[in-house]
Amino acid sequence: MTTQLAGIDLPGPVLTASGCAAAGKELDQFFDITAIGAVVTKSIMMEPRSGRATPRMAETPSGMLNSIGLQGPGIEAFLEHDLAWLRERGARVIVSIAGGTTQEFEAIAHVLRQHDGFDAIEVNISCPNVSDRGQVFACRADSAAGVIASVRRASDPAIPIFAKLSPDVTDIATIAQACERAGADGLSLINTTLGMVIDVTTMRPALAGVTGGLSGPAIRPIAVRCLWQVREVLPDIPIIGMGGIRNGSDAFEFILAGASAVSVGTTVFHDPSAPIRIQNELASLAALRGFTRLRDAVSYAHRDPDQARVEDADGDLELPEWV
Amino acid sequence: MPVQVRGEVVSLRRAGLYTVLTVTAPGVPEITRPGHFAAIAIGDLDSSGLILRRAFSIHGVQSRGIYGGTIDLVIADSGPGTHWLTQRRRGDALDIVAPLGRPFSLPRDPVSCALVGGGYGAAPLVMLAEHLRERGCRVDVVLGASTEDKLFGVLDAKRIASTVTITTEDGSAGVPGRVTDPLVDIMARANTDVVYACGPMGMLAAVADVASQAGILSQCAVEEAMACGIGVCMSCVLPVIGDDGITRMVRSCVEGPVFRGDRVRWADIGTVPPDTLGAPSSEGIPR
Ligand SMILES: Cc1cc2nc3c(=O)[nH]c(=O)nc-3n(C[C@H](O)[C@H](O)[C@H](O)COP(=O)(O)OP(=O)(O)OC[C@H]3O[C@@H](n4cnc5c(N)ncnc54)[C@H](O)[C@@H]3O)c2cc1C
Ligand SMILES: Cc1cc2nc3c(=O)[nH]c(=O)nc-3n(C[C@H](O)[C@H](O)[C@H](O)COP(=O)(O)O)c2cc1C
Ligand code: FES
Repeated sequence: MTTQLAGIDLPGPVLTASGCAAAGKELDQFFDITAIGAVVTKSIMMEPRSGRATPRMAETPSGMLNSIGLQGPGIEAFLEHDLAWLRERGARVIVSIAGGTTQEFEAIAHVLRQHDGFDAIEVNISCPNVSDRGQVFACRADSAAGVIASVRRASDPAIPIFAKLSPDVTDIATIAQACERAGADGLSLINTTLGMVIDVTTMRPALAGVTGGLSGPAIRPIAVRCLWQVREVLPDIPIIGMGGIRNGSDAFEFILAGASAVSVGTTVFHDPSAPIRIQNELASLAALRGFTRLRDAVSYAHRDPDQARVEDADGDLELPEWV
Repeated sequence: MPVQVRGEVVSLRRAGLYTVLTVTAPGVPEITRPGHFAAIAIGDLDSSGLILRRAFSIHGVQSRGIYGGTIDLVIADSGPGTHWLTQRRRGDALDIVAPLGRPFSLPRDPVSCALVGGGYGAAPLVMLAEHLRERGCRVDVVLGASTEDKLFGVLDAKRIASTVTITTEDGSAGVPGRVTDPLVDIMARANTDVVYACGPMGMLAAVADVASQAGILSQCAVEEAMACGIGVCMSCVLPVIGDDGITRMVRSCVEGPVFRGDRVRWADIGTVPPDTLGAPSSEGIPR
């Protein structure tokens, strides 16, 4: 049984997280990347980008800050080298795109439309809008929806589009609803949350970019909360959940909160084979909790209090086929 | 191709300020070359809040013997992760990813080589010196540190090299001063063809400069803070000039840690030089 996500069939429910797996090649040295749900590639922009100065990362308790600045080769080189390799390898691919303007997002979507070899687009709207004093698209319903509508319009209708949301908003449910109305086929949440570290020896900010995105186990409760709130207002939209997932149990928590699939990001830095390990652990745990199909566990924590609980499986475990 | 293996601590021994950790790493010794590094997890995620691996040059390898393949790492206790490693006991398990990075390239011919190490930067140079000697190369070694207890590998160097020169900044051992002070003379006397260096960035910049001025190739193993060590996160970059003359922000974990000294823009490390491919124009860059 494959995992169904916004109408596409994936080999499993665990994906990589954008920016934490490059374009899959490095991780393929550690596990078979065709065995997981999909590789979500590093957010790509129109032109090559150098990214920010170093230091670009700082470790924090059970997490890290990053301020990479979307370094990347630009869409043309990405298609020629990275996507071509992924396709040849037979991996399932979700292409993450980013832009400094709504027009840039749309232009990238146009370029992608001329190509195949990928299964979905994830729109990273957690980047500053250069035409709006650097306001992050994802922080306002209208700018988030504007990007999603443009990308949806410019893309092949058969390709699902996921809006990747930022937790740094007052009401994430409103932003999610705006994206859904603008045509998003699914949502990805959460992106990193803004943080900062000051080095008390140099007495300066630890990152060259001053602030950075916090990721890792430290943000997991925030991610679960966001997922919960969005699921409460949008009962049916497919969601890719992420934020600090370390193991199958963490992944299962996201499934119960409403995710149909999960992405594993920072944990890959600790354990490069984490995605396949977590996929296997999730399968065992779901089976142990009595679910023969993972989709029955999606949003299960939202059920009515008086609804009967699925019984823990006793005796022989029937592992789902995607194990 | 790197592997992820579960190793077992065989021994820990003191060497000056450092701890030399020997750990089993099945399959790793056979594919390790001088300049490769290993990334070690600091406990597991259930019990440790330190989620990032720590990188260490591979100091030595033993591919046979009763432990069936071990690697040696030289650890300076400089923070919570390295401290945790120095507190391991024989038999403790460690999760190892190795060998990583691009190693030193070795000359085909028996040329004259000068090896320059700063502090624990000497760690990868011992294996390098052995490989160079096997190829019939002349090897001169310069080891430097701020103080005597921060020197590493002096005895090994004396066993392998034609000459060994020691410098300390406080004069507690060898010649007072820096590694670059005696280097010019050594290069002249030994007719050095290539300089290999590993140590702090400032030292590498100075060594690369001395070598360039003498018209000699240098290979420098850099140390940039790394989040993943395997090329997926883009945190470990520095500005490097490519074969096409274009500067790019290059990942030191996969395209390094060894770079040609004349290709690294040492003075620009910690910045994005304006002529870098894809450098920002004037507006801010997204995170
Ligand atoms: C290729 C390479 C080879 C290295 N070889 C050796 C070696 O042979 N012996 C040795 O003692 N040390 C070596 N280091 C440095 C070693 O990795 C750091 O000292 C160590 O990561 C510090 O961890 P910590 O928790 O003790 O200190 P902290 O300073 O608390 O570390 C916090 C975070 O910053 C990172 N970090 C801090 N300093 C460095 C640094 N200098 N380089 C890389 N990451 C850093 C850590 O990985 C960690 O994520 C090497 C580093 C690299 C990149
Ligand atoms: C080093 C690094 C780079 C990232 N780059 C991107 C990116 O390019 N695009 C994006 O949408 N998210 C990016 N993210 C965010 C992750 O995809 C993910 O949403 C977030 O880290 C939370 O998941 P985690 O805790 O499992 O890492 C990045 C995260 C890290 C740590
Ligand atoms: S440390 Fe992640 S790319 Fe080099």
